This record gives sequence, structure tokens and C-alpha cells, in this order.
Amino acid sequence: MGLLDISNVTKSYGAVEVLHSVDISVDEGEFLVLVGPSGCGKSTLLSMIAGLEGITSGEISIKGRTMNGVHPSKRNIAMVFQSYALYPNMTVGQNITFGLEMHGTPKPEREDAMNRVAEMLQIDNLLSRKPGQLSGGQRQRVAMGRALVRDPDVFLFDEPLSNLDAKLRVDMRTEIKKLHQSLGTTIVYVTHDQIEAMTLSTRIAVMNKGYVQQLGTPKEIYDTPSNVFVATFMGSPAMNVFPSRIVVKDGAPHAAVTGHDGVEQLLRFPQANLAAWDGREILLGIRPETITDPEGADRNAAHIASLRNHIGVTEPAGSDTFVTMTLGGRDAIARMRADVTVRAGEIFDFAVNMDKAVAFDPKTEERIQP
Amino acid sequence: MARPVQSDLRTRLQEWIPKIVLAPSVASMLIFVYGFIVFTGYLSFTNSRILPSFDLVGWHNYWRLFQLPTWTIAVQNLAIFASLYIAICIAIGLTLAIFLDQKIRGEGMLRPIFLYPMALSFIVTGTAWKWLLDPGIGIEHTLHLWGWESFHFGWIKSSSMAIYTVVIAAVWQSSGFVMAMFLAGLRGIDNEILKAAQMDGASNWNLYRRIIIPQLRPAFLSAFVILAHLAVKSYDLVIALTGGGPGRATELPATFMYSYTFTRNEMGVGAASAVIMLMTIAAIMIPYLYAELKEPK
Amino acid sequence: MSGAVDTGVAIRTNRVTRTFIYLFLLLFALFYLLPLAVMLINSVKPLSEITGGNMMALPNVWTFEPWREAWSSAQIGVQPTGLRPYFINSILIVVPAVAISTIMGALNGYVLTKWRFRGDTILFGMLLFSCFIPFQIVLIPMARVLGMIGLAGSVPGLILVHVVYGLGFTTLYFRNYYSAFPTELVRAAQIDGAGFFRIFYRILLPLSGPIIVVTIIWQFTNIWNDFLFGSSFAGQASQPMTVALNNLVQSSTGVKAYNVHFAGAILAALPTLIVYIVSGRFFVRGLMAGSVKG
Repeated sequence: MGLLDISNVTKSYGAVEVLHSVDISVDEGEFLVLVGPSGCGKSTLLSMIAGLEGITSGEISIKGRTMNGVHPSKRNIAMVFQSYALYPNMTVGQNITFGLEMHGTPKPEREDAMNRVAEMLQIDNLLSRKPGQLSGGQRQRVAMGRALVRDPDVFLFDEPLSNLDAKLRVDMRTEIKKLHQSLGTTIVYVTHDQIEAMTLSTRIAVMNKGYVQQLGTPKEIYDTPSNVFVATFMGSPAMNVFPSRIVVKDGAPHAAVTGHDGVEQLLRFPQANLAAWDGREILLGIRPETITDPEGADRNAAHIASLRNHIGVTEPAGSDTFVTMTLGGRDAIARMRADVTVRAGEIFDFAVNMDKAVAFDPKTEERIQP
Repeated sequence: MARPVQSDLRTRLQEWIPKIVLAPSVASMLIFVYGFIVFTGYLSFTNSRILPSFDLVGWHNYWRLFQLPTWTIAVQNLAIFASLYIAICIAIGLTLAIFLDQKIRGEGMLRPIFLYPMALSFIVTGTAWKWLLDPGIGIEHTLHLWGWESFHFGWIKSSSMAIYTVVIAAVWQSSGFVMAMFLAGLRGIDNEILKAAQMDGASNWNLYRRIIIPQLRPAFLSAFVILAHLAVKSYDLVIALTGGGPGRATELPATFMYSYTFTRNEMGVGAASAVIMLMTIAAIMIPYLYAELKEPK
Repeated sequence: MSGAVDTGVAIRTNRVTRTFIYLFLLLFALFYLLPLAVMLINSVKPLSEITGGNMMALPNVWTFEPWREAWSSAQIGVQPTGLRPYFINSILIVVPAVAISTIMGALNGYVLTKWRFRGDTILFGMLLFSCFIPFQIVLIPMARVLGMIGLAGSVPGLILVHVVYGLGFTTLYFRNYYSAFPTELVRAAQIDGAGFFRIFYRILLPLSGPIIVVTIIWQFTNIWNDFLFGSSFAGQASQPMTVALNNLVQSSTGVKAYNVHFAGAILAALPTLIVYIVSGRFFVRGLMAGSVKG
């Protein structure tokens, strides 16, 4: 049993079920990110953990105590909102201590806690200001301060960085991660940004249409996505997923891939069990960074396949060069070294790291387990 | 695993408090507004005279209502009054707003002058205009004293013209408000659009006719709805200005309802006339409110 | 003049047009000021100067006798009391009615925006429509109900009436105002441990200053200026100012004391005029909020 247990939880609005039987257990000190497109149910789930939304069925418990029907203020949780939800009529100091005041903490203790938190977040010089006088980053810090001061069992973050500009977002991301590492707090964090999910989390729950599609460490999610949705949602640019076919040749399974000219090329799969799919259609998933020029290929990879294809467009982005091509009749992207010499319109021999390739069942879109 | 437990008392209470707080307002609305509408609607089908009676007489009151010459006059008057009142208020309001929007010096002085009549009671407005329009002492008399002997302005004493004096006083009271609505609309128009139109070579006239006034559509709609409902409800002004006279010349549905219900002891007919007033306003307001409530979602 | 006007403004007008615009605006300013000016001038003239002289002329003899008479000795109905008792009646009606309807409207707006439940939009729609009904539709049953609960012809009865039919507007104002506040504020306060009322008076109420002023002005103006309810439901002793003024103006037997009528009319207009002059900005905002969605 973890610190926070979500067991078989569903949520319905009238006849419409928006969350379907969610099971997640979060251990103390974990940083769980709920990620998914808008409307996937991630914010609803967070609100249910906070007690701001009722639970239709199932159970949410914190430290073994059931939270169903318990008022939000009695769950020993704290939440950072997307809009920060700072009380505009109160100073920063009053904002931070309001929760303690409501819980009847005596004033000297409140002051101590406020000063401790303000110092940690470097907002001690802002305590007498009103939220309206603060910058976006400062508001963000105050919102975190308001959460930290309560010393809760679980921190809940609802898309806390989405209102910041790109530069600040990266800075605050690092800050949140530092805070988590130094305090060892338990965090549940909602975002639609897969990069935030990858960088911050110790575990990720990818959600779509009210289902948890996959729950796992960032590496598991990235390398072995359990279905096409997870594969294409996580990673930027998205994983190339295109129709292919398994052909067994010399006793080993190969993926038959058509390039620009419609001619099939065979790329050897390391997964022997795919031989069972001989002659059947699959969806092949290849991440952009595993398609490179031969010199740029991963030296440690066991299975590098060669693929001759026509280069569509090249997009030098400074750190990388993106190359578009056609694979299996769909547009695909390769992410190559910045100094690679490729020209639009050329025929080029690409190296594909098949260790990282993933095969999906085209009917269910689930990954074919090795 | 622990079974889901009952909510604790505080949580359950918190769920009920909002509804308990809203309850008195909802109850009073249901009784005093909708309940009363039903009650008056029911009375309009009864033979109530000085006191409410519950004996149904079908459509008799409505039939009788439309036989009554006084009601016909009231409805005709309302048609004249409402259409002129709305049209003139919008014309004056729009013109004043456009003129005030030309970076006028003293706008801060003029705007409150145009608008202050809205703060007055219709009874005060009526009292003031009653004497101003009185040929014996008002404008006509003054102009005679100033040497314009042939000037004649006795509408308030003429049964064919008196309804227009109600229009004058009502326009005086409300046109500044319409001006404020249009001015807010004008100030909300993006200046860049105007600059773009000028680049396209639009003259001031075309700028207003083709670009600006079409963008004031919401203000036109709001002004129309507000003025129309004020027109149907007009009561105080007529009472103070003309008392419905001379004769029945300025009778409106609102004054008709009052006199038939409370002084002529024909409550059934009065109720029927109130129902027709309500229907008229509902026909204007409900589509408008529906659209207003619908839009932001 | 034109130099300052041209900078950055899209619309340019020439000198002739501008002269015309100024003349037009001034003419209308005169039109709006005329009735008030006439009332003021003639309220400080002896009656003989009005009937025998020019309405537009300044008084030869200044006198405040008409004001004194209108206030304390003019014949209203059967009693020569002047308007004073009715002015007091109006205050006794307006103050509680405004206070109660504003407080209830604030709470309603708070519930309807921050504690939403199924059907709240329909409830609000019904409340909103009730702002616009012609009150003739409720006169008959209201008269009966006031009689039944023993409030007929009394000040508390009129307070009840004004509260009930003012709720729609006050709720509308607060709802539109509060809907601009993020619901997350309330959720944050809930997690912090504040309950329904605490959230209201610690977080929303301190931010409600402007809308409270707008609502109070709107309600004050409307209730002070009401005539229909006053004339329908007030007794002789509980008549509000507007009804008394109308009685004074309409029922004068014998010589019409125009100067007294004018003084009385200004007395009746004074409270709302003062409110308008002191806080015109909020007054206009209230008018607009009542017509266009905020």
C-alpha cells in the first residue's frame, strides 16, 4: 500500500462516465505526473484527490485513511492551481498563512512557517505586496509557498507552469524538481506537456479518454509505449508510426518497409517472437532520433538496419537537423546530427536503430509484447 | 480495503449551505413572480370584478377587452408611442454618441448633462413637462411674451396630439441613456480597423455607414430591447403628464390595466390586459435573454 | 484645436463640421437642462410672477417660501403636512429595501457563480426574466397577499415588494461581477480550510466594492423613483415621495401653485440627483450592466 492509493476509481457526470476505473498507487517521495491531452480526465482525477470533486465509485486513500467524502481541508493536501488562485485582496504573507489561520494555528507559529517558506522560495522581500503587483514567476512562487507552508502529505499541482512564458517555464521546472529532491515530498502533478512529464516525474500516468493508458517510469513510457497513443503522445517530434509487414527471412523476423519508391526494404527486428506474425500487417513505430546517418548511429546498438530513402525537406534547427521522408505511405521525421550533410531531393542511406523500434497490432493498436 | 464512508458532517453541510442560501430568493421568485403570473392568468379567465372570484368564464374577458374602445385606443397609443419613442431615442442617442466621440472639448461636462434625466423619477419629469407644454404658462406663453405672437404649441390639450407630448417627455428622459450605450459601443471599436478603412479611402460618412455603425449591432439590439420594455411598462409618466387625458387620448395599456382593475372594478378585464402586456414583453425579452445567456458558453 | 485632435485618431473632421457638431451638442445640452432650469427658476418666484410673467425670466423677487411650503405645509391629500412626512417614508422604505436586496443579491451571485449545481442556469434565467416583467401582472395577487399577511398599506409591505422585485437585478449584477473571478480562488480557499461564508466575506466581499456601489445606486434610484407600487400598495400614512408629489401636483384645487409644485418636484428629485452627481460613473455602469451583459 502506498502513501496515496487510488483504487478502482470512476467518475460520472449523470450517465456519462469520464473516468474509467483508475488504479494508481503512489509511494512516499514519488513525483507522479498525470499527462494527457485536454479532456482526458487528468484534472478531474486531481480534483478528486483534492476532494473538490466527488468520487462516483472506488476509493481514494491517503496514508491508509479513506478520503471519500472527507472535506478538502481535512485531507492534509495542498494544491497549486493553474491560475495560482492567489487571493487578490490579501498580501503575499496573508496568502501564505491563510490556510494555517483557517486551521487555527497560533500567530507566532504562522509567522515562523511563513518566514521559513518565504526564505526557501526567495520571496521574503515580497511578503507585504499584493498579488497584483507581482510578476508571473513571483506569483508562481507564492502559490508554491502557500502549498509548502502547510507541510502536507501530498502536493497537488494543476498545470502550474502553463501560464508562464517559455523561458520562465523551464526555470520553474528546474526549481520544482530541486524542491522535490531536497524536500522529498510526494507530488501529483497534472500537465498536458509531455516534456514536463518526462523531466519532472519519477513515474508517469499517460491518460486518454478517461483511461490510464500506461503507468510507468519515464524510460518505460518512452522506450516501451504500451500502445500507439502513448507512443505518439510522448516525445517530440512524435514517434513515426506507419504500416509495415512482418517477413521471416533467414529464421529472423524483419519489418518490410516501403520508402518513397514503393519498393519494400527489410529491416531486421531483434525481437524473435515477432516471427509468429510472419506475413501479417503491423504498425511499426520508430522514434525520429533512431533514424540517423550511418556515422551517427548508436555505437552500442545491436541491430542497426540500413534504409535507402528519398529526402523530402531538411530543417536545420541548430542543435539537430530534422529530415522528412515518406515511410509506409506516411510522412516520417528523422532527427539527425546538426552537421550532417544531407540535401533535399537526394537519395540517402539512413541507419535505423531497430533495438528501439516498436511493433503494434494494427487492430488493437497495442504494443506486441516481446 | 475500507469501504467508502459517509461524508463527514462539515462536508455535507457545506454541500447544502449554497442551496439553503439561495432558497429564500428562489422561493420568493417562484411565489411572487411566477406564482403571481399564474394567479393573474387564472383571474383573467374568471368573472372577478371588485374582488377576485374563481368562477371561470373562458375567454370572455379577452373578448370583452378587444371590444372596448378604450383598450383599442390604449393599444394604438402604445404602438405610436413605442415606435416613436424607440426610433427617436435611438436616432438622438446615436447622433449624440457619434458627435461626442469626435474628441470633443468639454465631453466630461456634456455627458452628465445628457444623462441626468435618467436619474429622475418619471413623476418629476412629468411634472416639469406638464407645465412646460402648457400653452397658458409654458413655452407657448413665453414665446408670445418674447414677441412671437403667432406661435402655437398646444399639443397637450389636443386629444389627437397629446400622445406625442408623452413621446417628447419620454425621449427627454431616456435618450441620454441610449447615448451612453452607443458611446460605450463606439469606444469599444478597434481603432486599427478605422485606420485600415481610411487607408482604403473611406470618407467619414462611409466609415460610419459601412464600418462603424454595423459594428454597433449589439448596442442597437440592447437599446431596442430596453426601450421596448420600458415603453410597454410606461405608467408613471402618463399619470404625471396627462393623467391619461385629455379624455382617454393618452391612455396606455398600463394605465388601462390600473383603472379597470382598481377603479372600475373589472378585475377580470384588468387581469386579461396585464396578461397581454406580459406576453408582449416576453416576446421581446425571452429571445434576447436566451441569446445573452447562451452566448458565453 | 485641430492639431491636438488629429494625432492618432482615425476620424478627422474639418472646421465647418466641427462647428456644426458643437452647436448641435450645445443645443441638446440646452434641451436636457431646460426643464430643470425652469423648475429651479420658478421655484424661487412668487406665484404672481409665474402666472402673470415669463417662465424663462429670472425672478424679480427671490423667495424661498415655495420650498418651505412644499416641504412643510402644502396640502397633500387631506392634510396640510407638506412633503416632509412622505420624504421620510421614502427613506424608511428605501434604506432597508436596498440593504436587504443588495445582501441577498450578493449571496445569490456568489452561489450562482462559485457553487454551481444542476439547473442553476435555468434558475438564473427565471430570475433574470423577472427583472423585466410588467408589474401590472403582479398587482392584483400582491395586493391580496399583503392583505393576508397584514402588511397592506404599510412601510414594511412596500419594503417586501421592493426587495422581491429588486432581487433579479441585484443577483444579475453580482453574478456578472463574480463570474469574472476564477473558481480556483474558491477551491484554493476550500483546501485552505475556509467554509462557505468565510470564503465569501474574507475573499469575495473585500473585492466587491465597485459592484456594491453600483448595485446600491441602482436599487436606490429605482426604489426612490417608484410610483406604481407606491400608489398601489401604500396607505395614506405610508405613501412614498413620488406618490405624494403626484397628489400635490394633480389634486390642487383652486389656484395651481406652480412654484410649490416645482419646489416639490426638485425635492423629490434631489436624493437621486445628488447620488448621480456624486457618483455618476457608477450610475452609468449600473445602467449599462442592467442592459448589456457585463
